Amino acid sequence: MSQDTTKKKPVKRPRAEMPAQDPKERIRNFNEVALGYDEETAVAEAERCLQCKNAACVEGCPVDVRIPEFVAKIRDRDFQAAYDLIKDTNSLPAICGRVCPQETQCEAKCVLGKKGEPVAIGRLERAAADWAMARSDRVKPELPEPNGKKVAVVGSGPAGLTCAGDLAKMGYKVTVFEALHAPGGVLIYGIPEFRLPKRIVAEEIKALSDLGVDVVCDVVVGKTITVDDLFAEGYDAVFLGTGAGLPMFMGIPGETLNGVYSANEFLTRTNLMKAYLFPEWDTPIKVGRRVAVVGGGNVAMDSVRCALRLGAEEAIIVYRRSEAEMPARAEEVHHAKEEGVIFRTLTNPVRVLGNEEGWVTGLECVRMELGEPDESGRRRPIPIEGSEFVLEVDTVVIAIGTTPNPLVSQTTPGLEVNRKGCLITRDESGLTTRDLVWAGGDAVTGAATVIEAMGAGKRAAAAIDKVLQGKG
Amino acid sequence: MFKIVKKRELTPVTKLFVVEAPMVAKKALPGQFVIVRVTESGERIPLTIADYDAGAGTVTIVVQEVGKTSRLLGALPEGDRILDFVGPLGKPAPLIDRGLVVLVGGGFGVAPIYPIAKALKAKGVKVVSIIGARTKDLLILEEEMRGVSDELLVATDDGSKGHKGFVTDVLKQLIDEGRKIDQVIAIGPMVMMRAVARTTEPYKLKTLVSVDPIMVDGTGMCGACRLTVGGEVKFACVDGPIFDAHKVDFDEAVRRGRMYLPEQELAVKRMESSCAGGGCTCGGGH
Repeated sequence: MSQDTTKKKPVKRPRAEMPAQDPKERIRNFNEVALGYDEETAVAEAERCLQCKNAACVEGCPVDVRIPEFVAKIRDRDFQAAYDLIKDTNSLPAICGRVCPQETQCEAKCVLGKKGEPVAIGRLERAAADWAMARSDRVKPELPEPNGKKVAVVGSGPAGLTCAGDLAKMGYKVTVFEALHAPGGVLIYGIPEFRLPKRIVAEEIKALSDLGVDVVCDVVVGKTITVDDLFAEGYDAVFLGTGAGLPMFMGIPGETLNGVYSANEFLTRTNLMKAYLFPEWDTPIKVGRRVAVVGGGNVAMDSVRCALRLGAEEAIIVYRRSEAEMPARAEEVHHAKEEGVIFRTLTNPVRVLGNEEGWVTGLECVRMELGEPDESGRRRPIPIEGSEFVLEVDTVVIAIGTTPNPLVSQTTPGLEVNRKGCLITRDESGLTTRDLVWAGGDAVTGAATVIEAMGAGKRAAAAIDKVLQGKG
Repeated sequence: MFKIVKKRELTPVTKLFVVEAPMVAKKALPGQFVIVRVTESGERIPLTIADYDAGAGTVTIVVQEVGKTSRLLGALPEGDRILDFVGPLGKPAPLIDRGLVVLVGGGFGVAPIYPIAKALKAKGVKVVSIIGARTKDLLILEEEMRGVSDELLVATDDGSKGHKGFVTDVLKQLIDEGRKIDQVIAIGPMVMMRAVARTTEPYKLKTLVSVDPIMVDGTGMCGACRLTVGGEVKFACVDGPIFDAHKVDFDEAVRRGRMYLPEQELAVKRMESSCAGGGCTCGGGH
C-alpha cells in the first residue's frame, strides 16, 4: 500500500444509495435498472473505506481483487489507476460490478458492515469499470511475447473468458470455441439486458480480442469437433467452461403444454434472440396476461422480471419454501417486489392445466409447510394435504435449476462425471480425469455464480501455465 | 460466414444449397441437422442435412419457404454467405447392416431421406424408396433417389405421377405383398409420419421417423423441442431427431409445432408489405 493511501482519514457517512430507474417506468423497458454512481458519489463512498491493513474483504473475493487499494484510488479521483488495479486480477470488472453477490462475498467481510453498512465495493468496482469503458482513448494492452503454446477454451461464459484472458496475458495463443452465434455464454443468453447490458459484455470480449484471443462461434465441441480433435490440431491444453446448460423440468403432468417454458428457453428467446423486439427481430415469445415462474433463485427473478417487461399484467413467483430460504440475491428479490411481482411462497406446483387446444390455462399448486432441515441445511418443505388450489395463468416458466450439458463428456474418452453430470476434478486447479484437460465453473460445480466460475477459470489458467512450462 | 457454393431450385418454393462448412462436413452423418441463422436480427432454425462431402468440405441443405427465415434463406443467391451454420447436431440415424429397408419421403422430407438411402446402399442394404408430393411439380430429388435405391416408387395426391394417393397406400401394398421388410424410415410432414406409424404398427414393423420441432439452440439448452416418446419427455435436438414412430405422441408434436403460427403469419405479412413498398431483399418476386 502506498503512503498517500493511508494518510487520509475515513469519512463517516451513510452508504451511498444506488440511483435506479423508477419501478413504474422500468417495467416498460429493458434498459438497465441500476444506473451507477457518478464520479462524486463514487468518491464520497470510497472515502468511507477504513483501508484495513489486513483487508478481510479481499479474502471474500474469489479472484482476489485488491479492494482497499482500488477504493483508495477512487477516493483520490484516479479512476484509471483504480480500473487498472482491478483489471490486474479480474478480467471482467464491469460485469462483476453488476452481477456479483457482493453481500455474501467481499462486502460480507467489510469491517464497517459489523456495526453499520459495508462499503459498496461492487458499486465502486462498476464505477471504475464504467469510467474506463466510457473513454474512447482506452489504450490497447501491450501484448506479451508469444510463448509458442496453444490452449483451447471451450465455452465463452465467465469461466472460459477469464481463463482465456489470463492465459493470453501470459503469452499463450488462446482460441475460445462457442456453440452459439455470439460469445458470452450465460452473460448474454441468461442474464437480462436490464441487469447486464449486452454492450458491456461485448466490450469485455473486445478487450480479450485486444489481447490476441480468438473467439470462434458456431462450433459445438462434442459435435463439430471433439476434445481429441483439438489435441490432434496441436492444442497443448484444453479448458472446459461449458456451464450448466440443461434445464430441469419438474416431471409433473402438463409440462409439454403450449405456454410452458424452461427458464433457459424463456431467457434465451428474450435476451440472446431479443424476442422483446419482435416483430422487428424475428424470434417470437408467448407471454400471456398472467405468468407463473416456478423457483426462487436469480434465474427465477430474471424470468419473472422479463415477463413483466414483455407485457404480463401479473407476474408471480411460485416457490416451495419460504422467502428466507430463497437462493436469489436480496437485491434481486427487492427489485422484483418494487416492480410488483407477486410472491407465492410455500407453494408447490403439482400439475399444469390446459385447454382443448393444448394451451396452458392454470397451474395447480399445493400449499407447503416447513419441516426439519434437509441436507442443504434449509428446512424441508412438506405438502399440506388437501390444500390444493389453482392459479389461473397463461404462461408457466420453470426455473428450478440446470445441469451440465453432456455433449463434451459423452464424446471425450476418459473424462468422468459424477452422478449429477458434473465434471470430476482431481485438484483445486480443476484438472479433470483426463491429462491436460481442465474444467471450471458450472460444468464442475453445477449452477453457481459468475464470480465463482471466474475464480475457477483463473486457477485453471495458473495451473495450465505451470504444467505447460514444466513447472508443475 | 458460410459460402453458398451451389444453389438449385427444386420447386418454386424449395431450394437446395451446397454450403461450404468444412468442420460440419467432416463430422456429418445421415439423420443429423444444422441450425442456421440468416440475418443479425434473425431466428435460429433447424434444417436436416440432405448430403455432405467431407472431401469437398460442403454440406447440402434443402429449405422449403414457409416462414420469414426460410424465405430469407431461400432468396440468397449462389456465392452469397449464410451468417451462421452450426452442426452437425442430433444423433445420426441408427442404420441396420443387412436386409431390406423401406424409406418413405414426403414433400421436402425427401431431402433428408437421401443421405440415409445413400449410406444404406453403400452398406449393401436393399433400399426400396417411396417418395411423394401433392403433385408432380412438387416432387423433389427423384433422379437422385433413383440412383441410391434398388426400387423407387412414386405417389402423388392428384395422380399426376405414379400412384394416385398417399405414400402410405404404396407402403401398405408393399407390406401386403408379403415382402420381408426389416425397417421403415419415414421423413416428411408430421401428419404423413403419423400416417406411416399407423400403417406399420399393426404389423409390428420397426419404424423410425425424424421429427422437426421448433428449436432455439439445438444443443439441449432450451427444451423448446421437447416431445413425448413412449411416455417420456425427450429433447429432439439431443435425444433425436429420429425416434421410434410407434412411441411418438404425434398429436402433441403437431400441437407444439403450431405454437407460433400467428407470429409466423405476422412476420410473413410484414415482409410482403415491405416488398410492396420497394427496396425489398426477400427475392420472393412479390
